[in-house]
Amino acid sequence: MSPEQWTRSGKPDGSPEQRTETGTASGPGATAGTPSREQVIAGLRATSEGGADLVQLLTPEGERLSHPDFDIDITPDQLRDLYRDMVLIRRADREGNALQRQGQLGIWVPLLGQEAAQIGAGRAMKPQDMAFPSYREHGIAWCRGVDPTELLGIFRGTDHGSWDPREVGMHLYTIVIGNQCLNATGYAMGQKFEGKVGNADGDPSANEATMAFFGDGATSQGDVHEGMAWAAVYDAPVVFFCQNNQWAISEPTERQTRVPLYERAAGYGFPGIRVDGNDVLASLAVSNWAMDQCRHGNGPVLVEAFTYRMDAHTTTDDPTRYRLHDELEAWKLKDPIERLRVHLVREQIADQDFFDRIDAEADELAARFRDYCVNMTDPGSDRIFSEVYAEPSAPLEAQRAEHQQYLEGFADAAVGHDAEGSVH
Amino acid sequence: MAAPAMERPGVAESRTQTITIAKGLNTGLRAAMERDPKVLVMGEDVGKLGGVFRVTDGLQKDFGEHRVLDTPLAESGIVGTAIGLALRGFRPVCEIQFDGFIYPGFDQIVSQLAKLHYRSQGKLKMPVVIRVPFGGGIGAVEHHSESPESLFAHIAGLKVVSCSNPADAYWMLQQAIECDDPVLFFEPKRRYYEKGQLDTEAEPQPLFTSRVMRQGSSATLVTYGPMVKTCLDAAKAAEEEGTDLEVVDLRTLSPLDLGPVFDSVRRTGRLVMACEAPGESSVSSEVAARVQQECFYSLEAPVMRVTGFDSPYPPSRLEEGYLPDLDRVLHAVDRSLAY
Repeated sequence: MSPEQWTRSGKPDGSPEQRTETGTASGPGATAGTPSREQVIAGLRATSEGGADLVQLLTPEGERLSHPDFDIDITPDQLRDLYRDMVLIRRADREGNALQRQGQLGIWVPLLGQEAAQIGAGRAMKPQDMAFPSYREHGIAWCRGVDPTELLGIFRGTDHGSWDPREVGMHLYTIVIGNQCLNATGYAMGQKFEGKVGNADGDPSANEATMAFFGDGATSQGDVHEGMAWAAVYDAPVVFFCQNNQWAISEPTERQTRVPLYERAAGYGFPGIRVDGNDVLASLAVSNWAMDQCRHGNGPVLVEAFTYRMDAHTTTDDPTRYRLHDELEAWKLKDPIERLRVHLVREQIADQDFFDRIDAEADELAARFRDYCVNMTDPGSDRIFSEVYAEPSAPLEAQRAEHQQYLEGFADAAVGHDAEGSVH
Repeated sequence: MAAPAMERPGVAESRTQTITIAKGLNTGLRAAMERDPKVLVMGEDVGKLGGVFRVTDGLQKDFGEHRVLDTPLAESGIVGTAIGLALRGFRPVCEIQFDGFIYPGFDQIVSQLAKLHYRSQGKLKMPVVIRVPFGGGIGAVEHHSESPESLFAHIAGLKVVSCSNPADAYWMLQQAIECDDPVLFFEPKRRYYEKGQLDTEAEPQPLFTSRVMRQGSSATLVTYGPMVKTCLDAAKAAEEEGTDLEVVDLRTLSPLDLGPVFDSVRRTGRLVMACEAPGESSVSSEVAARVQQECFYSLEAPVMRVTGFDSPYPPSRLEEGYLPDLDRVLHAVDRSLAY
């Protein structure tokens, strides 16, 4: 049986809504050497649809649902704040995209579509926690107090990350896929070794936890597996927050796994929850629960935020080469911001004044972001040699001095000082 | 071979003991752990078993399971979690059980451990030590006799050292632990049970420095790790033939401290570099390149290199033919002297 014959059941266009009868990969077990078409589809389907286990508290139409295990007490103020968070970070994200197209950034990594997943997770984190992002977590950065302008250096090519992880509680972006999961587990082990986890006396919410962020593609990397295995063995207080945005560049989730990603946790011996990644309330509620579990010493937890990468992998990618536009159209109907906006309007939690104010704030942010970007200067060439080691290396220092002399030998050598005061 | 005792007038006696390299490492590790509660030991079988070479023997019993961790079987995990622990303020001392098993950890070592200080412009320090028993001559199966140090010496952001004797083992490990940079610490496994003198009250020389082990005038023999003993034995044999060899233990492979080597070559005019690792694109290549650059007019002969062959480490019945031995070292010396 050839792969081309494995169509999704229902309508031939294969859009997500037509993928019916979701849930786990239960069904007739394969007894023959070659599984039947139905058996294979039962397995494949499990990776492609939200499923009966999907935690959702706010429908795409903006209606509130309750959930037996994960609910949330949320005030109108908090709802408006979440709306603002998502609108602003989307706006910065769109500005980043535009700046790249205009040659002001070498590349931009868009988070379009994943705002709810990230804002929900980010707002579950407390100052004493630590986030380990991949490279798309601008929404987490936002929640940790990293201004969007501080992200620009990476994409402009002037730095590899400029914020201080110790101050903001978020590690630098990690580009090598999955590495951060092991680093996060180690950090969480450290929190535990230092007795900052599971303290019953005092305020339990003062206990610490860690959140590791990665995508569906990353789950195929050994480091993600090892991170989960180690976290389980050491009861590390780490929430593995997987944003399944359905695509790892051009490869769909079916190329990464046969089993719904949240079910992987059972293999390691800890809870796995699939949440509607476009539902900021569900993302927040489940993240709150997961982080609390970790604070109490019941870690780790896997959260799979089922969402969609509305834009390309990066500005260098061309999704028209591997996915159909109608898939995008289908997911637009599940937009994370729109559903909250509709809810705010319908419940009369926000008026036009509020929306206008947020839009104005978004415009301001975008203008400030743009202004910062276009005025960024290159670091001095001495940055090539600076801070390679904590304790300077004599051969490197010699090389640095030699190169310095070489540069000064040019007739038009502009001898100036960069921000660090060294000559370039 | 003890660290040279510094002249210290007024010191009545020093506490010198005879100790193996393995015990020197164990004692140094213990001292470091006693001094700083943030020092952790982690690796496969390092706790209850005390390490397959017993280098971490007794430490878990005395310091507990939160300071001496028997980790899951995953080198990438060992290094990756050590990085996270370092970010948290700990000073992890990782053990990779054998040289040939370091490769699953290579990604974390190169992509994160080596780069985080530079990436963060100095905000994040990586005071991680990765201890690696290395080298051959123990009659082992595949992957247990490698010399991968050149791979790490090539990576900016890492520091790489190798001890050759018990005193250096004792001091260098403690210094590596105190160093705020990531250090790959290569231990000559076939020399683990060889004995030497250790004076725990001596003043150790700085970590990233080389040392002249034996003075001589005919030629300079540069080496490190397990080959130091081989070269000293070669020098003793050569002495009987009237050839007076200067032997330099590099000790640090990155950053290299070649000042003493240059001084030596300017006097002897001849360099022979000896190491177990395959010579192709190696630390020995680097030393040769730098010596010809700095000592060009002093050289009376081309730089000679005595290295492992550029083939995978053979089945152990062939390893004596693979490893550079005293004869091959002296053969290279003779070729150099023939110029």
